[in-house]
Amino acid sequence: MESETTSVDFIGTESENSHVLAPTKKKGWIFSRPNANTTGIVDWLTTIDHKKIGLMYGMVALGCLILGGIEALFIRLQLASPMNTFITAREYNQLFTMHGTTMIFLAVMPLSAAFFNFIMPLQIGARDVAFPRVNTLSLWCFIAGAIILNASWLFPGGAPAIGWFGYAPITLKESYGDMGMSTDFWVMGLQVLGLASLLASFNFITTIINMRCPGMTMMRMPVFTWMTLITAFLLILAFPAITIALLELMFDRQFGTLFFNNAAGGKAIFWQHLFWIFGHPEVYILILPAMGIVSEVLPTFTRKPLFGYGLIVFSGAVIGFLGFAVWSHHMFTTGLGVVATSAFSILTMLIAIPTGVKIFNWIGTLWGGSIRYTTPMLFAVGFISMFMIGGFTGIMHSTVSVDAQHQDSYFVIAHFHYVLIGGSLFALLSGFYYWIPKMSGVLLNEKFGKFCFIIIFTGFNLTFFPMHYLGMEGMPRRTHTYHEEMGLDDPNRLATIGAFILGFGILFSVIQFFYTVINRKKLPPCGNDPWDARTLEWSIPSPVPVYNFARTPIIKARDQHWEDKYGHEELKMDYEPDDGHGVHMPDRSWWPLWCGLGILILGFGLITRKMTFHLPGGSTWEPNFEIFSVGVFITLISIVFWAIEGPGGYHLHPEDDIDESKN
Amino acid sequence: MSNSAEASIDHGHHEEYTSTGIPHKKLCMWAFLASDCMFFGTLISTHLVYRRTSPESLDVTQFFDIPLTSFSTFVLLASSLLMALAVSSMHKANLKMTRWTLFGVIFCGLIFLGCQVYEFTHFVRAYGLTLNSHIFGSTFYVLTGTHGVHVSLGVMWLIAWLIYSFTGKMGPEHAIDIEVAGLYWHFVDIVWVIIFPVVYLVEYIL
Repeated sequence: MESETTSVDFIGTESENSHVLAPTKKKGWIFSRPNANTTGIVDWLTTIDHKKIGLMYGMVALGCLILGGIEALFIRLQLASPMNTFITAREYNQLFTMHGTTMIFLAVMPLSAAFFNFIMPLQIGARDVAFPRVNTLSLWCFIAGAIILNASWLFPGGAPAIGWFGYAPITLKESYGDMGMSTDFWVMGLQVLGLASLLASFNFITTIINMRCPGMTMMRMPVFTWMTLITAFLLILAFPAITIALLELMFDRQFGTLFFNNAAGGKAIFWQHLFWIFGHPEVYILILPAMGIVSEVLPTFTRKPLFGYGLIVFSGAVIGFLGFAVWSHHMFTTGLGVVATSAFSILTMLIAIPTGVKIFNWIGTLWGGSIRYTTPMLFAVGFISMFMIGGFTGIMHSTVSVDAQHQDSYFVIAHFHYVLIGGSLFALLSGFYYWIPKMSGVLLNEKFGKFCFIIIFTGFNLTFFPMHYLGMEGMPRRTHTYHEEMGLDDPNRLATIGAFILGFGILFSVIQFFYTVINRKKLPPCGNDPWDARTLEWSIPSPVPVYNFARTPIIKARDQHWEDKYGHEELKMDYEPDDGHGVHMPDRSWWPLWCGLGILILGFGLITRKMTFHLPGGSTWEPNFEIFSVGVFITLISIVFWAIEGPGGYHLHPEDDIDESKN
Repeated sequence: MSNSAEASIDHGHHEEYTSTGIPHKKLCMWAFLASDCMFFGTLISTHLVYRRTSPESLDVTQFFDIPLTSFSTFVLLASSLLMALAVSSMHKANLKMTRWTLFGVIFCGLIFLGCQVYEFTHFVRAYGLTLNSHIFGSTFYVLTGTHGVHVSLGVMWLIAWLIYSFTGKMGPEHAIDIEVAGLYWHFVDIVWVIIFPVVYLVEYIL
């Protein structure tokens, strides 16, 4: 399926030179636009291809997943025995802060974003996302945020030790003692990561609403694309709350404003409200993409259409909507008053309805299907069962009186790990096992995949099921040790053993992904459609050619690829006639990378504003706004050049591979 | 496995196909504005929540200058009218009119910013209201300052288009760009229409 890409017409070049073959274009580096046939590292740094961006999102996020996992294992080692002195209380605080922040913002969210990027445009028959260069900028902002957050380990004060929720007044300058700049790193890291999410979401919303191929009505879109759309809306509406909260906190710390200063009339609880107005939709930002993946995997491996497609989509939207109305259930014990607490309790219970509807629809999909227990299917079924356990404990928490008992105990830890690992991560792993053949062109080893599933499933339950008991026994969260007399030894030891089993399972899976993708040339190719799947992305070659679809498809049914294989003749997919223009491809660009670099520098500049650098020769230097200004300058300049450069573009003329793709 | 025949060189851009018929840029701007609503919503709620929480009472009516702020509000609203005219003349491919109206928008925006700079300096110099002197200072400066940053970005954006209009490359295909900038500009004005009563006038009533 290799297509020749030598005939390239550059749009916008003035003369006959536009017929120059791409490789002979003048060699350039930073300031000249990379040409169409760029390869190697420059290709990855300047790419605007949604598939490469998705892969980079995935690779970085898998690395962060391992990093966050190692932090978790340190926590579990400390808790393996009572009165342990493996790490100090302070280090423990840093580890659970970084573990939480890393897993949410640097692992699960970008893993979802990896699938949004790679799969969503293919599912709606699009060439790319609406704004390819903005998409690249989103990737670099994500990486800049990851660097800022983790660089905190290297600076005075070390990593932040304030919890992933960063409650005031621990975050304020007066109360943090020797914590140095750690909180500033957390604030800036989250701001930059928020920017990445916002940019990506504007892009995805525009793409899904506007770039569907002909015939792809909203109610014919695959459920994963629907969940991408709902998640993107949640992101653009939820992130502003935390962005402003972080901005206010940053002003408190940098410029002495009084937003969260209780003595001057600021309110610490206002931070909690702002944080959870973001924080609860964030929970659905983490789980809705997972639900989308499962809704793709189940119909494929049961050879049945998704049961109750309309209801699943509608339930997803209802979950997203209600997600904005339940934030105070994280604050039941702060004394909001009876009316507010009851209202939030009822609204929280209401969310169980659309979630339950989804669960029953998935079970309905399984019912009577010809089920194939492949690795992605095992993870998807594991998702349903484990997510249900997390869901049940969630309903328990929605009862205010019960929540008062569970608050800040290990029961809550058990609950949200069942939802986030048993839910989100299981579905994301299912997605990897399902879609890596599409990304790389080879299947992952089924036996090893099933082995990984068994290890992960066992380790996960060994770790987190005992935590229900620990919580009921009264073991508090975020406390670095416990007394021998409390009788908490055995479940804790079990949880630590389980955590290592889980850790190795996930490590094996990640190694398998990288091993398979790196060795893809030596393994037998899997063809277009190894799973006998249903949606549009399986109708094109694996790995996906750079232009995605040689000709724009015309959709006539919901599970179009299934109809092409087994459906009525009149429901088979058509293609738009070849207009002789070829496929229009946007040009690569350096400017998103430069813009991301500028944002990285300005972030560091603001954090290290008051830091004293010892220069060689004994003099000292306090940067104040100097580094910051350099970052702002680089960012603005790259935006200007970005605008002047324009989208550019060239035309590819892929050979007509429509006939092959129909088999 | 052969390339299809050489296609003719495609200099211009054909009208891009979109599922809804709405151009990408416009749709994206609407999504951004939805998000921006939440930004300002959070800031305005912060201001309102903190209006009466400070232990030291502060009578802000003594230093508010309502005639001045009314003037700058009027100027900003006038700029919205000019912006609408700029979009309209761009759609009619009247480049000269577009330039004049864009210049007017920029001029009005700069007057508004000038009033804000004067107001801020005056509050700091004459009344000692700073970011950290009173919680009203914190919420007031951060809210109106964020709005000022939005106006400044809008002014810079429109200046860029004004400069571009003199390069001779500006054609009817750029009408959508001016329209999108207009959407942003109108939104920033509407936010001020909310800020003016909620931050300034309310102090005289409640």
